[in-house]
Amino acid sequence: MREIQCRLLVIGAGPGGYVCAIRAGQLGVDTVIVDAEPPGGTCLNVGCIPSKALIHAADEFHRLAELSSNPSMGISAGGARLDLGATMAWKDGIVTRLTGGVATLLRKAKVRLVTGQATVRDGKTVLVETPEGPVQIRAEVLVIATGSEPIEIPALPFGGKVISSTDALALTEVPGRLAVVGGGYIGLELGIAYAKLGAEVTVVEAAPRILPQYDAELTRPVAQRLTQLGVRVLTGARAGGLSDSGALRVAGVDGAEDIQADKVLVTVGRRPRATAAGLAGLRLEMAGPFIRIDERCRTSMAGVLAIGDVTGEPMLAHRAMAQGEMVAELVAGQRRAWDKRAIPAVCFTDPEIVSVGISPEEAAAAGREVVTGLFPFVANGRAMTAGDETGFIRVTARADTHEVLGIQAVGAGVAEMAGGFALALEMGARLEDIAGTIHAHPTRGEALHEACLRALGHALHI
Amino acid sequence: MGIHAIRMPDIGEGIAEAEISEWLVKPGDVLREDDPMVAVMTDKATVEIPSPVTGTVVWQAGAPGDVIAVGAELIRLEVDGPGNVAGDTPAPAAAPGPSRQAETAPPDPEPAQPKAEAPPEPEPAQPKAEAPPEPEPKAEAPAPKPAAKPAAAASPAPLRPEGERPIASPAVRARAREAGVDLRLVRGSGPAGRIGHEDLDAFIASGGIPAPSGPQPDGSVEEIRVIGLRRKIAERMQAANSIPQITIVEEIDATAVEDLRGRMNAQGKGARLTLLPFIARAIVRAVHEQPLMNAHYDAEAQLIRRFGGVHLGIAAQTPTGLMVPVVRHAEALDLRATAAEIARLGTAAKEGTAKRDELSGSTITITSLGPLGAIASTPILNLPEVAIVGVNRLAVRPFWNGAAFEPRKMMNLSCSFDHRVIDGWDAAVFVARLKELLETPALIFVEG
Repeated sequence: MREIQCRLLVIGAGPGGYVCAIRAGQLGVDTVIVDAEPPGGTCLNVGCIPSKALIHAADEFHRLAELSSNPSMGISAGGARLDLGATMAWKDGIVTRLTGGVATLLRKAKVRLVTGQATVRDGKTVLVETPEGPVQIRAEVLVIATGSEPIEIPALPFGGKVISSTDALALTEVPGRLAVVGGGYIGLELGIAYAKLGAEVTVVEAAPRILPQYDAELTRPVAQRLTQLGVRVLTGARAGGLSDSGALRVAGVDGAEDIQADKVLVTVGRRPRATAAGLAGLRLEMAGPFIRIDERCRTSMAGVLAIGDVTGEPMLAHRAMAQGEMVAELVAGQRRAWDKRAIPAVCFTDPEIVSVGISPEEAAAAGREVVTGLFPFVANGRAMTAGDETGFIRVTARADTHEVLGIQAVGAGVAEMAGGFALALEMGARLEDIAGTIHAHPTRGEALHEACLRALGHALHI
Repeated sequence: MGIHAIRMPDIGEGIAEAEISEWLVKPGDVLREDDPMVAVMTDKATVEIPSPVTGTVVWQAGAPGDVIAVGAELIRLEVDGPGNVAGDTPAPAAAPGPSRQAETAPPDPEPAQPKAEAPPEPEPAQPKAEAPPEPEPKAEAPAPKPAAKPAAAASPAPLRPEGERPIASPAVRARAREAGVDLRLVRGSGPAGRIGHEDLDAFIASGGIPAPSGPQPDGSVEEIRVIGLRRKIAERMQAANSIPQITIVEEIDATAVEDLRGRMNAQGKGARLTLLPFIARAIVRAVHEQPLMNAHYDAEAQLIRRFGGVHLGIAAQTPTGLMVPVVRHAEALDLRATAAEIARLGTAAKEGTAKRDELSGSTITITSLGPLGAIASTPILNLPEVAIVGVNRLAVRPFWNGAAFEPRKMMNLSCSFDHRVIDGWDAAVFVARLKELLETPALIFVEG
């Protein structure tokens, strides 16, 4: 059996793992990374990137279709046609380019990429079944970056018409009727996209409203848009199994209902891969379903670190990337610890949602004295000229020091503002800092400036 | 009122200069006649110089470590009456030395701490004072804030309520982590108490880095001026190291001399005896037979001075450093008298009361570290002497007597010689003679 020795072994080449490996390679750490799939993990292969491609294609198609039935801005169009197979091929091209790019970056950083299913033997040894036969890798430091996978509900096992988000990103035909079980951001992103592509979509959510992790004010524009798009939303409803006729059985507040569906997309969340790949044998201390880590991503076993979805919420690629970078620098002997103030979260629904830090509701629940300011895009020139005035930007700050504690936005394109919002929190900005910064006119970003002015009591444009 | 200048007095034979080891007064102090003003250090001894007049200190020459020539101005006092200096005569430039300015320039600009303490610091930028949380806000008037200077950043007081995170940019946080600084201890001078790079700089400069837990690399370098006795020792060791020395280590069976010592101590006459006076007597005896060992070598004059009298240096560790008090004319002292003199000199050296002539003029030296004495050492000659006897630790060790091992009290002597004038053969003979005398102590006391 082939043997490989290295200083650092990363299991899982998702955004956390590959960033960790590249950074470690840059720092001269002898690094090996293992994954059964092309590098990029869920994010590049079956997550963020392909879903955004699909969402964009759906937006473009929907815009054309709208213009044909409902001309606006003096533009009318006709005959918008969709070949979803070709759309998927275009999306796959992007994925291939990106995974190939990651492989190149790994090579440039002198990281060895081993393709195959890894099985952890002990804290220093991993067996990999590669196409060329088994390889044993011995490492001084092990980084677990095995990520997460969609949760299956017992009543609705994946297979047949019951599909996961991964399957939904590989359909070649738009289902006539799509039932989405789970009204979180994944279900809504895909549900809205398929609605725009022409599917008749029903969303089944157990909580009293969609996107339950966000506040009602923030999600209301999305709920309104769903209605406009003809998406039926059943809240407070539980999905049972499939009936004999293949309909989705739903127990709702108004009684039971069978929903006819050609596909049932189950997006009820993701669970960490914390025990797969022989990880259970390490008997690491757990925090619920996740591997417990400290502020330096160390697990309960010396020399074993963990990053990304396997370590807890929020299960987001950019959190994993930041952890991966930090861990690589720690392995290289630098002093690091997790001290991030803000992890932005983005929903690519229509309209988009961004949230950084705490909301006014959370501040109130924590008993904090805050001031808030909200500025609607209805009063923003750029939003008007772009033909979409939905949404707002909202800021929450300490009442005493005006230190910004949270910024949320909902509206077209607001996801692009996530970096700026996070920067404000990381830098410890006060309302006066943002209010004192010139925001370019005419842009949607002016709404942040105005929200801060409003929190200070002197908004100019409202 | 006049100015009275006091010059460095001549404090011993042939001394041309003395080093200031400590000022006992500072400018502004009122001195009475005979009050000690300054401690100066000559070759070996520290001498306190009293004031010959009454007056107020107005000027001092140099700082500890500076060397002042005999006859040069040492201190100026303002006295009643005319004084001895014309009023406008400027004080001489003091001896050069880096510490001088720090000593004489009165408002010392260097330490930041006194400043941080002296003026009652404005309250740690209280957020409330800074950002009025008025519901009906006025224009963008920046609220007046206490002028919190970065220098104030080193306050040890808790700076923000428990559990509240310090506000600092990622770059500041990363720098703090690299420097091992807990930002919770750093005062932020920015709005809302934000910690900027300058606050971190000030905190680090003030030395306010708390000890992090666990082993940490320590990059600090402390500069210690080599002055006084330490400088003398360093110079002498340097000189000694430039000449070829030979060291011989010999094993001594000290059982017999220890038995003798035990019996004498059991008699209870006189002070308790240590082994040192026995070794001293053995040396006196041995150099009587090899007078070349009891000599000074003057390399410049190409001259060896063989001494009739044996002036035995006894190297002793004192609180201020290594000193070598001298048992004068050891050849004229019996065992008890030798022991008494060694004890007296040792105490005097440790208490710093040894007189100058008790600390110089030795012709051969014994060095012993007592219980720390190791199994062997390489003593450095006490120049210009040509021989030094090092005494190592005594221990019970197995000794092969030809038929069996028996426990014996064994001890090593490590003796060094100036190889320019002492040949190895002579050195070996001297050490062998010491061994013989100590192993059969009766020989020490047998006449001629």
